[in-house]
Amino acid sequence: MRFERREQVSPILALVTPLIAVAVALLLAGVLIALAGAPVFEAYGRILTGAFGSRLAATETLARAAPLILTGLAAAVAFRARLWNIGAEGQLYLGAIAAAAASALLFGNLPGLIQIPLLFVIGAVAGMILLLIPLWLRLKFQVDEVVTTLLLNFVALLFVSMLIDTVLKDPMAFGWPQSLPVSPEAELPKIIPRSRLHIGLGVAVVLAFVVYFIQTRTAFGLQSRAAGLNPSGAAFAGVPLGRTLVLVAMMSGGLAGLAGAVEVMGVTSYVTTELSPGYGYSGIVVAMLAGLSPLGVVLAALFTATMFVGADAMSRSMGVPSYIADVTVALSLLSMLVAIFFTQYRIRK
Amino acid sequence: MSETVLDISAVSKRFGPVIANENVSLSLQRGEVIALLGENGAGKTTLMSILFGHYTADSGHVTVMGRLLPPGRPRAAIRAGIGMVHQHFSLAPNLSVLENVMTGTESLWRPWSDKARGRAKLLALSVKFGLKVDPDARLGDLSVGERQRVEILKALYNDAKILVLDEPTAVLTNIEAEQMFATLKDMARQGLSIIFISHKLDEVISTADRVIVLRGGRVVAERRAMETTKAELAGLMVGREVTRPQREAATPGAVVLQARSVTLREGGVERLKAVDFHLRAGEVLGIIGVSGNGQAALARVLGGQAEPSDGQITLFGQDFTGKDVRGVVAAGIGRIPEDRNHDGVISEMTIWENAILERLPDYTRRGLVDRKAGMDFAARIIEKFDVRGGTPSSRIGRLSGGNVQKLILGRNLIAHPKILIAAQPARGLDEGAVAAVHERILEARRAGTAVLLISEDLDEVMALADRIQAIVGGRLSPPVRPEAADARQLGLMMAGEWAMESQEADHAV
Amino acid sequence: MSDIIDILTSAGLWAAVLRIATPLILGTLGALLCERAGVLNLGIEGVMTFGAMIGWFAVWNGADLWTGLLIAALSGMLFGLLHSGLTVTLGLSQHVSGLGVTLFASSFSYYLFRLLVPVEGTPPKIIPFQPIRIPGLADLPFLGEVFTQTAPTWVAIGLALLLAFVLFRTPLGLAIRMTGENPHAAEAQGINPMLVRYGAVIFGSALMAMGGAFLTLSAFDSFIPTMVQGRGWICIALVVFASWRPGRALAGALLFAFFDAFQLRLQNVIGGVVPYQIFLMAPFLLSILALVVMARRTRVPQALMQPYRRGER
Repeated sequence: MRFERREQVSPILALVTPLIAVAVALLLAGVLIALAGAPVFEAYGRILTGAFGSRLAATETLARAAPLILTGLAAAVAFRARLWNIGAEGQLYLGAIAAAAASALLFGNLPGLIQIPLLFVIGAVAGMILLLIPLWLRLKFQVDEVVTTLLLNFVALLFVSMLIDTVLKDPMAFGWPQSLPVSPEAELPKIIPRSRLHIGLGVAVVLAFVVYFIQTRTAFGLQSRAAGLNPSGAAFAGVPLGRTLVLVAMMSGGLAGLAGAVEVMGVTSYVTTELSPGYGYSGIVVAMLAGLSPLGVVLAALFTATMFVGADAMSRSMGVPSYIADVTVALSLLSMLVAIFFTQYRIRK
Repeated sequence: MSETVLDISAVSKRFGPVIANENVSLSLQRGEVIALLGENGAGKTTLMSILFGHYTADSGHVTVMGRLLPPGRPRAAIRAGIGMVHQHFSLAPNLSVLENVMTGTESLWRPWSDKARGRAKLLALSVKFGLKVDPDARLGDLSVGERQRVEILKALYNDAKILVLDEPTAVLTNIEAEQMFATLKDMARQGLSIIFISHKLDEVISTADRVIVLRGGRVVAERRAMETTKAELAGLMVGREVTRPQREAATPGAVVLQARSVTLREGGVERLKAVDFHLRAGEVLGIIGVSGNGQAALARVLGGQAEPSDGQITLFGQDFTGKDVRGVVAAGIGRIPEDRNHDGVISEMTIWENAILERLPDYTRRGLVDRKAGMDFAARIIEKFDVRGGTPSSRIGRLSGGNVQKLILGRNLIAHPKILIAAQPARGLDEGAVAAVHERILEARRAGTAVLLISEDLDEVMALADRIQAIVGGRLSPPVRPEAADARQLGLMMAGEWAMESQEADHAV
Repeated sequence: MSDIIDILTSAGLWAAVLRIATPLILGTLGALLCERAGVLNLGIEGVMTFGAMIGWFAVWNGADLWTGLLIAALSGMLFGLLHSGLTVTLGLSQHVSGLGVTLFASSFSYYLFRLLVPVEGTPPKIIPFQPIRIPGLADLPFLGEVFTQTAPTWVAIGLALLLAFVLFRTPLGLAIRMTGENPHAAEAQGINPMLVRYGAVIFGSALMAMGGAFLTLSAFDSFIPTMVQGRGWICIALVVFASWRPGRALAGALLFAFFDAFQLRLQNVIGGVVPYQIFLMAPFLLSILALVVMARRTRVPQALMQPYRRGER
């Protein structure tokens, strides 16, 4: 058996690939649900109703999609330029704590219209800084950023944990390690009143379009694509590799940091070490499912959010551990990888 | 008394729609040297890969010493006594010579390796065939010639009776090549049978007993080397009369570029050592040399990819040292990279994107790419330089090598550059494409462009260059005129022996 | 200052070094074996987690400790098979595929754990490996305490020596190294590089899973999600630090464990003044430092992360 590269990838194939991958992942997850002794189709049904069955559920799902879109974009932007940023989780936490600290200690009195954008920027900058360190190590010492970004996730989380234990600890939280809350002015307005759905979702979707525009229309987009596809060819054509990667890292780290700021300003209003259920890592899956396309990220994030919210509801009512959501998301990454392969290769006897 | 050691019979192989080999048959006698002659893409390498089990033939079979060779199994080919010397050596630079040679020669489940025995056998072979090596040297520290010796020894270590060499002289100076062919003839006298793949007519006629010409995947002719001529073989190989263009006499113009003791140090290695040369408008300066002697560094320094550690480059009398790529392109310097698929284009991107990438600032308005202008530019190149196989918006990876090179030439020449730095511009192209590329370069020369031609192909340099300098170990020889030099003298220059020539050269230029 | 000397001269510190080093030794050896054949295995974090879970579960379910360790190793092999299928047969990005394996293996272990083990207030416990008193040695002052370790620690050290022997003294090891340096050359010598890579990744993953199982079967007595805590990533860094040599991997893991054991004790002394998180960060920062120091000095296997396809160069 051998694989042969396809001359051309048909666009239809590229479009249905993620659907096939998700279907395979759900099928495999079905086996695990059956293992737990639950009726499989009913469980699928419960996942759907759990995610969209009521106004509360639907708004919750959409609210969950917001940070996933942002971390998904963070991964997609970086991966397209072959910058392996696996550190979105840490960048998210730094973005969150930076926004919370800035609001609680410095800008709490500013009106929302000024404070909210300001905190977005502060959160993004915090994320950028955390990614620029491993990028610098790569450019200067040729250290693989995969490992350093992974390791920095732990450092960032411990750093946040230290801050909320000490200088940023909320004295009103009965000794719980949680940060000072953002000021009420900084809380994101709701899209639908009395729900968790905040304007962060709108921000994320708009940014997906912005990233799409940057990648397809600007000189920077062309250069970063060239740098990712073939660094030595890009360098020959005069693409400044270092500068391009720095800008890519700033976009990627910024988006992940913003995800943290949005989460703390829109949902929790303070930071704990349980702020993110792995949004940073799920962002990688989202980006891969989307084929690294920024608009696809929105859809892939929606799927992932559906799994998380729906599986939570399903597990409560059917006794299937809620980790089924994580397993399904991980399986869809693996099956997506295989599916991508078969869009590019065909089997010859 | 002849004895057939190898018989390839009616082998065919296709890759999708492409015919690589069709009904190819040949036989090899004991102690015989045959040359497999053909252009790139004629199917020589595919045939040898089938022989060696890298590929499986669609039909036909191979017998070695009268026994059928099971297809698709390198191990079986090795055991049958076939030894392959690859063009890109199959060696690992981080391992020692002995380790490279011994890999796979012992049963994998042996509890330990018998290195003493391996070393003794290697040294014995090394003495028998006069191939000197140090078994404990790290392979990456050896010269290209030495690595080739290791590659040959590796085949002999496996008790090869039939030695197959794929373009063995591609990386050698002509003097090293002569030595290597002397060794091969000696091996044949000792009873080995040898097939070597080549497209160089001289070495084919001087070394082989028999020449088999492949074209378009078929055997088109078979000649005894004594009974044929270069002209006949060239015609058979190409299938039609192709004459490479030849430069006509011209008077060069003013000096446009001057390099004064340019030195390039990278990671503690001196890649260029106090290099001096100048380029005049309307002339071609040929830089010859064996690959890896500083050609790449020279191209990168002039092309704006590396900044000289020392020395100065002036362009029209203005200091030009340390410009970046964009500055170089904007100043009217065209560049043809040595490795066109790796550096010259980004194969997953479209033709128009590849056409404008190096002059992107010219096609950017307020940060946005002007697609329309880019597509127009690409369309003009496609038309004027006869690029076939794609439209501006198709992926460039779908073009053939010759058409990719036409696009690269086009994006440089369409803007009438003042200087063209062409590194190995015709490497790996078929004769027709070579002629086209040479014609374009001469056309640019007539239009007043100063051309720096970096090449390992002596014929190419002799045909195009007005002056020739050799690069060895990062140093440049003084220039000589092609009329005043013969292949032997150029060979000596490429080996670094130019002290005697330098006085003559002073007169010549 | 005298506190520090007290710490350094206590036998407890040095005993802890060997204990802390054991999972790192096993994980690093596993990653090293994969990389020597040319495959980066970022599945390590998840494989260690799964090994910790399944090994513990087997013992909790009545298997003996060695069987638990063996089952963990077998589970690692399955994940190794998955990773090599994706990266060797299909030639997919080793980075992304490895992360996929990690995400899957860790979430799958949590899922199975929740499914198989009833939720209780405190996590259920097993009786782990007990330290072996080596007659004679154990009675020595100081050294006796240091070298009173559980059996898997000795196994890990033995495996490091064995791997060093296999890689550098046997034809098989040469085949593995050649595959990691130049798979085309390996094939030209009649070795099947794909098979070698499969084997290396499968056995390497088994070692990783055993490293994880050490946590639940020897260092501790129950399984807690997230207990691997980035050890896998530290092992990946240690491979670079060790220049892909098993002996140095052993030394590197011990050095690393020394710092870890030392900081744990230092925490008791100055923990009141310095937040404990600073101490917990140390191993990760140390790993990054190790990468920076070694990045330019070592010779990476030339074909690492390059998929091999027959006939394609």
